Order: sequence, then C-alpha cells, then structure tokens
Amino acid sequence: MPLDPSFVGRTYPPTAPYQVGREKIREFASAIGATDPAHHDPEAARALGHSDVVAPPTFPVIVTMAASSQIIEDPALGVDYSRLVHGDQRFAYTRPVVAGDELVCTNTIEDVSTRGGHGFLTTRTDVSTVGGEPVVAVWARYVIRGEA
Amino acid sequence: MELPAQTFQVTRADLVRYAGASGDFNPIHWSDRVATTVGLPGVIAHGMFTMALVGRAVTEWAGSPDAVVEYGVRFTRPVVVPDDDQGTEIEVTARVREVTGDGLTRLEVTATCLGEKVLSQARATIRTAR
Repeated sequence: MPLDPSFVGRTYPPTAPYQVGREKIREFASAIGATDPAHHDPEAARALGHSDVVAPPTFPVIVTMAASSQIIEDPALGVDYSRLVHGDQRFAYTRPVVAGDELVCTNTIEDVSTRGGHGFLTTRTDVSTVGGEPVVAVWARYVIRGEA
Repeated sequence: MELPAQTFQVTRADLVRYAGASGDFNPIHWSDRVATTVGLPGVIAHGMFTMALVGRAVTEWAGSPDAVVEYGVRFTRPVVVPDDDQGTEIEVTARVREVTGDGLTRLEVTATCLGEKVLSQARATIRTAR
C-alpha cells in the first residue's frame, strides 16, 4: 500500500529524555574501536573544552533510532517494517554529544513518496537538551521495498 | 588532495559487540538463517557500523574527536561478514573537496569492501586543523 503523502510535514510530540551515560559512550566507542582518550577519559575531554567524555559522531543514532519508532510504528502511516531498508543517514552537529546530556528528540516527516513500486520515507530528528539547546539534527531515509 | 587510506577489519564478534552497544538487534546482523531467508548472501554488517568506522577514519583525519560538523552517507551495498576469524575488511579513503575561508574542510569519502563501493554520497565536513 503506498504511503500517504499527506504525512509530509507532520511533527510528532517530543520524546522522553534520554540520559547519556559515560559508560554508554565508552561502550559504544569501544565497540567501534574508537580509542581517542576524549571518548574514555573525562580529563582528556575537559582538555578539549567539554564537560565530560565526548561521543563518537554516529552515537546519536542510538537515541534517534529508538525515537523514530514513533514514525515507523505509527499505524496511521502504515510502514511495513519487514520491508524497510535503511537508505541514507546524515548528521549536522551543533556540538558533539557528551556524557551527562539529557536529550529529547523531535521527529518530523520531511518526505514521503512512491517511485517504481517502492516507498521512500525521509525523517528529520532534531535532538536537543531538555533545556532546549540544539545538539544535532539527524536525517534518515528509508526505502520500503515493494512487493516483487 | 588524497588522505591516507585506513583499513578496518570486521568480524562476527564485532557485529555482536556493535549490536549490544547500539541496541540494534536485527537478526540479519547475527543469524545466517534469518539473513538468507530475506535473500541476503549471509550475515551483513549494520550499515550504521560501517558508518561508524568511516566516522572513525574521518575523526582520525581531522585530528580531533570533536571536529566533525556534518556527516552523511548512502548505503548502497551490504558488507557481508563471513563466520571465520578473519571476517572481512573495509577500506576507507578520502579526497579534500574544498577548504572554506571560514575554517571548514569538506571531504568526499570512499568506502570499499572486496573492491566494491559500499557507500555513495559519503561526505563529511570537519573543522580545519589549526
């Protein structure tokens, strides 16, 4: 079933705050082999001007992928998750995520289209602190493969 | 200007570790049975794991873990990871497209696995090292 283009521009209510833990940043950095001391040692991060350990660039996806279930599991939009393929991903940073951040996501549907039998869905997630400070904007584009 | 190539080995153990750290437990990244059922040749790496490794290369080139201003990719080809001790390898290279007057460097990044590009439109903007 084609996705409903009237969803373009829809913004969802902000998600519950995600508390960024120092150990989570260390765990994520270790899992991708990122050994820079600023990911692991608060003193090294402070020397760069940050309040605590710095997350690697793709760390925010932990928060945004969980938040995007608001859209992907929206029964009114009707995405077939079993046919969902991650097409594109982009981050525009105001500043890096650091341990101690409490992050809130606001999801917007930027584009919905159908071409060649496949559905395309572009989402934008504005990630900010609970205090309203912008941190990173995250775009994801999904392809919903058509029935062969 | 071309930046020095960086190579990342990827094994099944790395995928399991990434699944746990990222919370992405999609079984196509750890179960051959599920991966082949949906038409893949076998277990594939998370696209976001490949993007994270390329992000490591970018921060390495930038010389600082907090220098990335913008970073985007398109996933074009799956990275198949065999169930052995060697796994596979992702090679990452980049070319400087532009150095702006306001202190930014724009990179065009290429990531390949077994000689095939696995990303397209892979671009990063970093603060130019002082």
